[in-house]
Amino acid sequence: MPEHGPQHRQTGQGEAQPDAKNLPQTVEQRNPGIPLDLDWVMRATANRSAIERRAASLPGRRSLKKDHQAAWLARAISCIDLTTLAGDDTPGRVQRLCAKARQPVRADLLKTLGLPGLTVGAVCVYHDMIAPAVTALAGSGIPVAAVSTGFPAGLSPFHLRLAEIGESVAAGAAEIDIVISRRHVLTGNWQALYEEMQAFRAACGNAHVKAILATGELGTLQNVARASLICMMAGADFIKTSTGKEPVNATLPVTLVMLRAIRDYHDATGVRVGYKPAGGISKAKDAVTYLALIKDELGGRWLRPDLFRFGASSLLGDIERQLEHHVSGAYSAGWRHAIS
Amino acid sequence: MGVSEIFETMEYGPAPESAAEAQAWLAERDGRFGHFIDGAMTQPGRGFESRNPATGAVLALITQATQADLDAAVASARRAQGDWADLGGPARARYLYTLARLLQKHARLFAVLETLDNGKPIRESRDIDVPLAQRHFYYHAGMAQLMESELPGRVPLGVCGQIIPWNFPLLMLAWKVAPALAMGNTVVLKPAEYTSLTALLFADICQQAGLPKGVVNIVTGDGTVGEMIVGADVDKIAFTGSTEVGRKIRVATAGSGKALTLELGGKSPYIVFEDADLDSAVEGLVDAIWFNQGQVCCAGSRLLVQEGIAARFYAKLRARMDGLRIGDPLDKCIDLGAIVDPVQLARIRALVDSSDGEVYQPATPCPEGCFYPPTLITGLSPVSPLMQEEIFGPVLVATTFRTPSEAVEIANNTRYGLAASVWSENINVALDIAPKLAAGVVWINGANLFDASAPFGGVRESGFGREGGWDGLLAYTREIGAQKPLTQIKAFRGAEVEPQAVDRTAKLYIGGKQTRPDGGYARTVYDAAGELIGQAPLASRKDIRNAVEAAHGAKAWAGTTAHLRAQVLYYVAENLSARSDEFAKRIDQLTGGRDGAKEVELSVNRLFTYAAWADKFEGRVTQVPMRGVAMALREPCGVIGALCPDDRPLLGLVSLMAPAIAMGNRVVLIASEAFPLIAADFYQVLDTSDVPGGVVNILTGSHVELAATLATHMDMEAVWSFSSADVSGVIEAGAAGVLKRSWVNNGLARDWLGAEGEGRAFLEASTEVKTVWVPYGV
Repeated sequence: MPEHGPQHRQTGQGEAQPDAKNLPQTVEQRNPGIPLDLDWVMRATANRSAIERRAASLPGRRSLKKDHQAAWLARAISCIDLTTLAGDDTPGRVQRLCAKARQPVRADLLKTLGLPGLTVGAVCVYHDMIAPAVTALAGSGIPVAAVSTGFPAGLSPFHLRLAEIGESVAAGAAEIDIVISRRHVLTGNWQALYEEMQAFRAACGNAHVKAILATGELGTLQNVARASLICMMAGADFIKTSTGKEPVNATLPVTLVMLRAIRDYHDATGVRVGYKPAGGISKAKDAVTYLALIKDELGGRWLRPDLFRFGASSLLGDIERQLEHHVSGAYSAGWRHAIS
Repeated sequence: MGVSEIFETMEYGPAPESAAEAQAWLAERDGRFGHFIDGAMTQPGRGFESRNPATGAVLALITQATQADLDAAVASARRAQGDWADLGGPARARYLYTLARLLQKHARLFAVLETLDNGKPIRESRDIDVPLAQRHFYYHAGMAQLMESELPGRVPLGVCGQIIPWNFPLLMLAWKVAPALAMGNTVVLKPAEYTSLTALLFADICQQAGLPKGVVNIVTGDGTVGEMIVGADVDKIAFTGSTEVGRKIRVATAGSGKALTLELGGKSPYIVFEDADLDSAVEGLVDAIWFNQGQVCCAGSRLLVQEGIAARFYAKLRARMDGLRIGDPLDKCIDLGAIVDPVQLARIRALVDSSDGEVYQPATPCPEGCFYPPTLITGLSPVSPLMQEEIFGPVLVATTFRTPSEAVEIANNTRYGLAASVWSENINVALDIAPKLAAGVVWINGANLFDASAPFGGVRESGFGREGGWDGLLAYTREIGAQKPLTQIKAFRGAEVEPQAVDRTAKLYIGGKQTRPDGGYARTVYDAAGELIGQAPLASRKDIRNAVEAAHGAKAWAGTTAHLRAQVLYYVAENLSARSDEFAKRIDQLTGGRDGAKEVELSVNRLFTYAAWADKFEGRVTQVPMRGVAMALREPCGVIGALCPDDRPLLGLVSLMAPAIAMGNRVVLIASEAFPLIAADFYQVLDTSDVPGGVVNILTGSHVELAATLATHMDMEAVWSFSSADVSGVIEAGAAGVLKRSWVNNGLARDWLGAEGEGRAFLEASTEVKTVWVPYGV
């Protein structure tokens, strides 16, 4: 979108940069947002059939073997938001999860791979679990992300949703995963969506904000494209597919649409917005396919935890087995790897 | 580079597919191959090396077929054909099913061998070529099963000579062999010189399948072997390849009575409207022009972008090109493989170097050897040679347009007419543009989509005939019927002078007007008793020129509703019927016969038949394996020139005119040469029946003299001959110039009074099948 270039390109808004120690490799300028550009939003289209063909042919076009495969899988681990979002979460459960976040793969395997310090990208929990997570991760450099704003439906009173963000940031969350009001998308109330996102972003302060679009509930890929653009214009640091609670979560076609929106936004503003697919990615092979799609559509710069995360809980286990296979040459078993 | 470094660089690495099994298959045969004739491989003889274009390594020694080899293959096919046809559809279906199964069981061997031999990426041979080839055999197993019930009255052609190109060696084999076998033909197939190996592996499969000997024969060699096949005692030639060679084949087979289908070159437009999903349209180009290194006859090689979005679109396209990976075709992580041969590489280089446009090639490393980088040339205009000439490489040329109608104009400004892509999110734009494009296949929001059920083929110099679907079967069957030779009908002679009661002046009928012949000559016409009954004008080449111009002026006829065309035909019938006594007498006077009344009655009936058909000869929605529809639409050919039968001056003319105009064509008819005067009476009927001027043009004169002009006229889409003069060869050879469709009687008689005087064959000849793919989804 070159015509957006000059007028939208901004360099910061005088915000204090967050404490770099709490964030992984933060070198990117945060997305300051731009004024709502409805012409651009309304021009966004997404041809589902063509997008599906691209998504379907990708795994056949990109293949990683041996050391490359192992390295890419390790990279996938570094981008995992290790997540527990269950009603029966307890401090003890979260503590175990955090221990796994620090040591996601057996030490001997990591040593062989030459990646002894590998950790996941973040730990993602509900608000009440922030404190135990922060404690458990102290000194690791691994940030705590909290789902917020009445997750997953986002239908609690607006002031409470804003307040929830504030509470979570105060409790030590460095990243806030908000949910957008799907009804604004479904009724075409783009102005309301923009303002909501702006308010969420402001409430996050120095914490990074990931906008969950709940793509499985937006009806069309065109809506996904438009909601992606609105959230980025309103200052989202990341756009994220799903809560993990919708009937359909992250898919390659949805990913393609969101990546292309991110690319257009970058072309127009020079700002890199991150991407987080969540839900449904449980196989090592799928993780590699996602990374390849990002590399091919956005470029290698996005293959870092500051611009890419997997929202996943069972993916790590499959990658661990693949890595052991890489090291030993024999297929691995689940019980050979520590659970969280 | 170790894991920890790759962890930082996140580069792709080598992901090679093993060639071990394919190399072992070659080694088991000592890397030397004979031909597959009469169910067995012959001893390898003198020949040539087949190389892996990616490495230059010799893969095998291929035998150059001699005339004796070819004769043996044709003789074997001839011996086998009767029994193969008599086996019946269901029995043949079992064999085709077995072949499909075996292709599937040996899928990876076929894919790897194809990639070794051709240089295409293993992803393509594995995910596209081989699965589509399997699908073709499965689909046609079904056609064999259904032939007897669904195609009554159709019989096999006999022995088919099939010559296929190097760009899709196995897939083109499947496209040729499967329908031929399904319909009860036997084949002699020649793979391209560069790429014989998968055809030879297919010979293995035929043996494994227990296919009766002689049903499939495969001979290898260069173009001279192709020429031998064209000249051999075969009943049909099917050729896929260059327009240049296609034209030679048309000339060589002219007048031989051999059936012919040609699938030739293209310069297919890829039209991007401003409301398109631009990112998807960019990705579509990867499938359109960088599929198989652009060595695809229907490659979307001519990009037309709406001016307002052109800069943005080109920027996105260049960025996408930067991400394409070129390299070892056996690597599972590359997008472009090797160019098939250094000769082709040199040709591509020379063409690009000659360009006057702005050339973009990504900085991505391109390996040494037979590789060429993806290339975009912008800033071209329609006059640029590269906008017109087929490059047959990974080179996309681009220009801009302002309006939808301008897009169509530029798109159709080409000698070719194979395929087209239209990108728009607006159904009104897409479905309005698709029918206006001169192409046999149109992909809406897609590119290079293929399926066995969807007819594929071209118009203009992209050839004629369709492959795939029900329409493709027409190319491998003919109407049942005794083939009797036609006797030439001579005009009666008589005394020089014999005053008429009242002199009548017969004229030509051009553009809805009665006009005198340009040359100013006429022929005196006598009845059977030798009495002078009038003068018939002698049309010349200029009258043909004028008639074709008039026919083009009546283009609106194609756009009228089928209902309206039916009404006009009914009205012609009504007015002819009202004058039936007069016409009957006139026919009897002209021909010296007695059944003029019957001929008039049948003519009226025939007009009714095609009035009935006008709104009922429908296209199909084919069952392609995707969410979407592929519509095989029937479109009028355009302007059809026809030499009318001599023996039935009225019925013969009506039998050609009515189906043609019912389908929306405009016609230039050369009336019966022996009995021309009926034309003058008939155009009066047309004049009073609301037939728009120019839709039907009627000339009289010498068939022999006019045949060549009619056949070589470049602005006519089809030419037919049912003349009793020996002009089939002249017509077919003349039609080779712009490769227009031709339909000739080959000197065989047709009973115009009976069932073979009307029906589907005439409607098929009056229409082009255009397959419009419309994938959808929100």
